[in-house]
Amino acid sequence: MTIPLDLPEAHSVHAPQHPAAAVDDAELTEKTVFGFWLYLMSDVVLFATLFAVYAVVCRSYAGGPTGRELFDLGFVLAETGVLLLSSVTFGFVTLAAQENRKQAVFLWMAVTFVVGAAFIAMELYEFNHLIEEGAGPSRSAFLSAYFALVGTHGLHVFTGLLWMIAMIVQMARDGLTAAVHRRLGLLGLFWHFLDVIWIVVFTEVYLIGVL
Amino acid sequence: MNAIFGKLTLEALPLDQVVTMTAVGLALLAALGVAAAITYYGRWYWLWAEYITSVDHKKIGIMYILLGLVMLLRGFTDAAMMRIQQSMALAPNPGYLPPHHYDQIFSVHGVIMIFFVTMPLVVGLMNIVVPLQIGARDVAFPFLNSLSFWLTFSGAMLVNASLVFGEFAKTGWAAYPPLSELAFSPDVGVDYYIWSLQIAGVGTLLTGVNFLTTILRMRAPGMKMMRMPIFTWTTFCTNVLIVAAFPILTVTLALLGLDRYVGTHFFTNDGGGEQMMYVNLFWAWGHPEVYILVLPAFGVFSEVVATFSGKPLFGYKSLVWATIAITFFSFVVWLHHFFTMGAGASVNAFFGIATMIIAVPTGVKMFNWLFTMLGGRVRFAVPMLWTIGFIVTFTIGGMTGVLLAMPGADFVLHNSLFLVAHFHNTIIGGVVFGMFAGLNYWFPKAMGFRLSEPLGKASFWCWLIGFYLAFMPLYVLGFMGMTRRLNSYDNPDWQPWLVLAAFGAAIIAVGIACSILQIVYSIWKRDELRDHTGDPWDGHTLEWATSSPPPIYNFAEVPRVTEIDAWANMKVDGGGMFVRSTPYYDIHMPRNTAIGFLIGIFSIGLGFGLVWYIWWMVAVSAVAMLSVLLYRLFWEDIAYIIPAATVKDIEMQRLEEIGQS
Repeated sequence: MTIPLDLPEAHSVHAPQHPAAAVDDAELTEKTVFGFWLYLMSDVVLFATLFAVYAVVCRSYAGGPTGRELFDLGFVLAETGVLLLSSVTFGFVTLAAQENRKQAVFLWMAVTFVVGAAFIAMELYEFNHLIEEGAGPSRSAFLSAYFALVGTHGLHVFTGLLWMIAMIVQMARDGLTAAVHRRLGLLGLFWHFLDVIWIVVFTEVYLIGVL
Repeated sequence: MNAIFGKLTLEALPLDQVVTMTAVGLALLAALGVAAAITYYGRWYWLWAEYITSVDHKKIGIMYILLGLVMLLRGFTDAAMMRIQQSMALAPNPGYLPPHHYDQIFSVHGVIMIFFVTMPLVVGLMNIVVPLQIGARDVAFPFLNSLSFWLTFSGAMLVNASLVFGEFAKTGWAAYPPLSELAFSPDVGVDYYIWSLQIAGVGTLLTGVNFLTTILRMRAPGMKMMRMPIFTWTTFCTNVLIVAAFPILTVTLALLGLDRYVGTHFFTNDGGGEQMMYVNLFWAWGHPEVYILVLPAFGVFSEVVATFSGKPLFGYKSLVWATIAITFFSFVVWLHHFFTMGAGASVNAFFGIATMIIAVPTGVKMFNWLFTMLGGRVRFAVPMLWTIGFIVTFTIGGMTGVLLAMPGADFVLHNSLFLVAHFHNTIIGGVVFGMFAGLNYWFPKAMGFRLSEPLGKASFWCWLIGFYLAFMPLYVLGFMGMTRRLNSYDNPDWQPWLVLAAFGAAIIAVGIACSILQIVYSIWKRDELRDHTGDPWDGHTLEWATSSPPPIYNFAEVPRVTEIDAWANMKVDGGGMFVRSTPYYDIHMPRNTAIGFLIGIFSIGLGFGLVWYIWWMVAVSAVAMLSVLLYRLFWEDIAYIIPAATVKDIEMQRLEEIGQS
């Protein structure tokens, strides 16, 4: 609950690990994870607002195509599977990091990146396909809300991919330092959080959409 | 040319508008004057090293307050212009402001006063006070704190840029569609509105995360939640509201932006758009927002009333629970901003009743403050005057609010000057009075010297009298049927009241002048007004346990807390923090950084480019922001050590000063 009051020994954050640094890193990690969790809660509100907006206009087709006409559930199910798989592979990143196996962290991070990128590619394909069919975001309020919601999720996933690149570079430079461990932890929270959001997207937008 | 300047042309400069050009000229002159003074005194490096790059919560708090006060001058100038216009503009006299200009002024007045005056003042006080009150060395994320400030600053600068380049929104501060859609507001005004609020909003959200973490994770040992000072409690609730409400504003403005930039149909007339969805979303953020502003003010009054009555606060627990109740209820009343939407009797009744219920915890607080004074030895210092002025004024504003909470009455008074009078009654009488109380109360803590009492009292009386003269007539005008935002009118019965209101605004102007004079005079006489003890008011809470201004590390030894008024108890127990027995230790502090400032400055470029469709500027700014952020994450050394010997020197010096005084 409280901060260690007086640190017995001086050090810089880039200095090699010693007991004082360990205390400090633990405290920093605790605070940072807590703060990041709060940020994720604000992101929940952000997505909740987008879900509410979608719920309000999801039948406002303006004479345009409906969800049942547009959505290919099989494709979206595959997309969902890909994203969930990336969560599993990120789980292996976390396990490898806990055991300080650097090579394994690299490997699973690379796998997660590729699977995550595949999800983004599938989403872009779907968006492109819809726009080509004349079902772009400016066709109707329903499609505006659809693109905004799914696109915001996609933007988050894309940010996660950029974050992975940054982590790979930092690991290559510094190894598995305390800062790397901390940031891997945050990235993990972020990545799994996006899975949870997607489950709701899949349910509210696609499953209910084709009813 | 389009590739380079986007939509920006020479016609966007208001070269033909005398009023605007005068304002721009004066602003530039003032900026040049400040720059000349800094150069003359050789203070540029000091400014850079001590403030601009600072991650110290106290310095950041001072910058927030400075931003708020400077923007207050602009927001008030807009208000004065409206009052002058309305006092003149009885048909056939059109007044001196054409509708095109007048509409921008009432829009920008609201935006500035809410986002760039009261928000910075509230967040500024939070910054200065909260870490000290909980016995912490800084906030949880000092760099994010600096970033928050500079993003808020950038939002304000973007609003100011609209004075010179193009124009601001003519939609009112809430920017309701369809008026704010591209079809009806094709110029850049609404885009300025969107991007300045988005940039500042990100800063505010980061502040919310930062202060929640600080309060929940960094309290001194022994300070349980129910031992926190009331200002920390109200700040805590405010930050809960920020984290829960600001994302709604972010989404709302983003969707309006998509409508304008991409051609989506969220709020348009065609394509299945839903205007009332915007209004709902806006107030789902907007109502919590008014409590984001006023809860910290309630906290200030609670601290002030206890200190200047020489008693502990009456009913600490009830005040805490009242604050928590308000926090909850603030999320279930948003629809009272648009009873006339036509949601039906049941829905309106629900929101009307919920709104009236909020008056109950607020009433509880009123009694907390009154009973604290009862039987106390009340000192009528400046902060206390503001508090008493608040208790009277806010009660009136609250009662007119309960009146408006009745849907039936609201249908009559909706959009009238009665409403304008009501929310100024609560925001000025609540938030602005609270911020002035807090400014006078904590100024010695932040700066090391007190503010002049006589000038402070003059400012208070001018504000109080000016407020009643300026806004009570608006209640009357509301009943007489005058709607808000009128550029001109043809009812001669209204004019005397509007002249009276303009006169009231003039008295408030004198009050503002007194405040400026108060600050300038106090800086001039700072040696006489110096606070040697660190506890000029005989305070109760931990911020008074350290020197004024506090050393960068706040507390050499982190205090241990056993009861609610930690510092009052230490003083009773004898000596308190003045007596030290333990040895001094090295203190670990965050290093200053320019990254927050740089990201903020680049975000002005980002916003400006987006407003004017200057896409290369958008790209360059975005890449620049990302690059400096990566620099921060990869290379910057973020911490340093203050050796025990230095800490000892600083503390010994302080003990000597206390001994002498």
